[in-house]
Amino acid sequence: MGGLNSTPNLAAPDDFYEALIEAHRGLTEAQSEMLNARLILLLANHVGDMNVLREALEAARAGLE
Amino acid sequence: MPRQAFAYTTAPELTTSQRTRRPVIVVGAGPIGLCAAIDLAQHGVPVLLLDEDSKLSEGSRAICFAKRTLEILDRLGVGERCVEQGVVWSLGKVFLRDRMLYQFDLLPESGHRRPAFINLQQYYLEQHLIERLSELQPIEARWRSKVVGVASHDDHVAVTVETPDGRYEVECDYLLACDGSRSPIRSMLGLEARGQVFRDRFLIVDVKMEADFPAERWFWFDPRFHPDQSVLLHKQADNIWRIDFQLGWDADPELEKRPERVMPRIRAMLGEDRSFALEWVSMYTFRCQRMERFRCGRVFFVGDSAHQVSPFGARGANSGIQDSDNLAWKLALVLQGAAPPALLDTYDVERIPAADENILNSTRSTDFITPKSAVSRRFRDAALQLAQTHPFARSLVNSGRLSLPHTYTATPLSTPDRDPFTTRLRPGAPALDAPVKAADEPAWLIDQLGGSFAALYYAGSAAPDGGVTSRLQALERLPRPVMPRVVCAPGRAEQWRATGLRVLEDAQGLYASRYDATPDSLYLMRPDQHVAARWRHLELRAVRDALARATANQVEETATWAA
Repeated sequence: MGGLNSTPNLAAPDDFYEALIEAHRGLTEAQSEMLNARLILLLANHVGDMNVLREALEAARAGLE
Repeated sequence: MPRQAFAYTTAPELTTSQRTRRPVIVVGAGPIGLCAAIDLAQHGVPVLLLDEDSKLSEGSRAICFAKRTLEILDRLGVGERCVEQGVVWSLGKVFLRDRMLYQFDLLPESGHRRPAFINLQQYYLEQHLIERLSELQPIEARWRSKVVGVASHDDHVAVTVETPDGRYEVECDYLLACDGSRSPIRSMLGLEARGQVFRDRFLIVDVKMEADFPAERWFWFDPRFHPDQSVLLHKQADNIWRIDFQLGWDADPELEKRPERVMPRIRAMLGEDRSFALEWVSMYTFRCQRMERFRCGRVFFVGDSAHQVSPFGARGANSGIQDSDNLAWKLALVLQGAAPPALLDTYDVERIPAADENILNSTRSTDFITPKSAVSRRFRDAALQLAQTHPFARSLVNSGRLSLPHTYTATPLSTPDRDPFTTRLRPGAPALDAPVKAADEPAWLIDQLGGSFAALYYAGSAAPDGGVTSRLQALERLPRPVMPRVVCAPGRAEQWRATGLRVLEDAQGLYASRYDATPDSLYLMRPDQHVAARWRHLELRAVRDALARATANQVEETATWAA
């Protein structure tokens, strides 16, 4: 079992990206932030594997400081 | 609310020049010091108990006593009094605004004598413990006796005590500092507790009222009656309700304690037309901290003096009573010469990880209840919002992970399993209760363990054979006696009666399942009712070695024992 899969895995990347941006349409900045927070929690639960989640947290933080 | 006072008498040390040496001095007659004194006395150790005050504590303070604590209180002789008077509960409900997010049951299985929790005001627990104290000869309690000096030497501790009639000195082999989170003894020895202070303030009130709310733990995030903050409600004995209001760091502690500020908050919560009386009001902030070590030479820090947590999770008094439970039998064995002083080092080995577990849980709860940053607040709110419709998010909502006893996983006192067992019980874990029958009467397994080393031999349906009987009887003659208990299948006690061994019928088969017991298997239990070792088959040599290990004696050096 591997860790975080960062090779292409989305069948239709453009569709996903559009849907992600679309989901935020018409929301205030605060509402958008809440959407993101909820989305992270929903996806984290779906992933379940703590090792994958830790790797994802590291990858997301990389280069920010 | 009782503020019973205890009589002060002039200490004999003030009228004679003779300096006395006590085996143990316990400082602080709060719940932890009282439990420690009683436990030591039950092990036959004379105790001098010193307390600067002469009254029971004021206000409810520690109120939630967990199942394991109640089992310890049973061993100390006050469990029944506490449970009879206390409010039994196991159901918790978590609300967001006006809506219940979810509920949890802390004791989903039956077959345990004690409930998950009772709520009882700290002053009642103290009252029961002091009553019990007075039944025990080897305890001398001295009130209005403030410890103002402590000097730890290689072979004793010198203690200076200040009383209304002047100061005196007394010596002891060991000193137990049960003197609370601001422990003066800790300061006197130049030691400190380190950790994290939380920038939040809580208003706690005891309210007397007739109300038909069920006996459950109710926790609100952002309720309409107290927006943006949290509120906790608990029912206690005598129709006293305990309410904790989160107020935030900027609240003025003196101002917020005034009745004209407190009453409107309670009315907003309970409704304008409910009549109630204010019993006690206090404000608190809290910290999660601990000392680097709980033992300093001959001085032991027990309870809040050693470690402090937030109140969410009921981990303060419960863990302190478990500290005392861990230390008392060890001190008794060392004082009686049955174990080397190295046994006392295992107090740190076992209780520091327990404190760390409590601090970790408490810090996580506090971070959820009092988010420290905007993004932390955002995720908290996201979890709360999702919890209304998505079951997974309920597991993220943290209003306090409630106290469970610690399993001593890395202790040198446990004998690692040689035989396979499939049960959540393991060496280092506290005993699990089960309903049994003793002498044809319903009883509980934990009560049958008592406070000495005990061996639980599972016979199943088998009849006794001479070999087993004589080996079990030999356990009582070990240098450190082990009390044998035979557990048999229901209806099979009669055939064991002639052996004179104490026989327990596994009334509902729960011993067999909770202990994964097969015929001939044996559990060796410590005096604090934690598992020391277990085997699939009774072998005296293995028991003897495990017993040596559990008392920090050298395994090789116990050869004086004869089969």
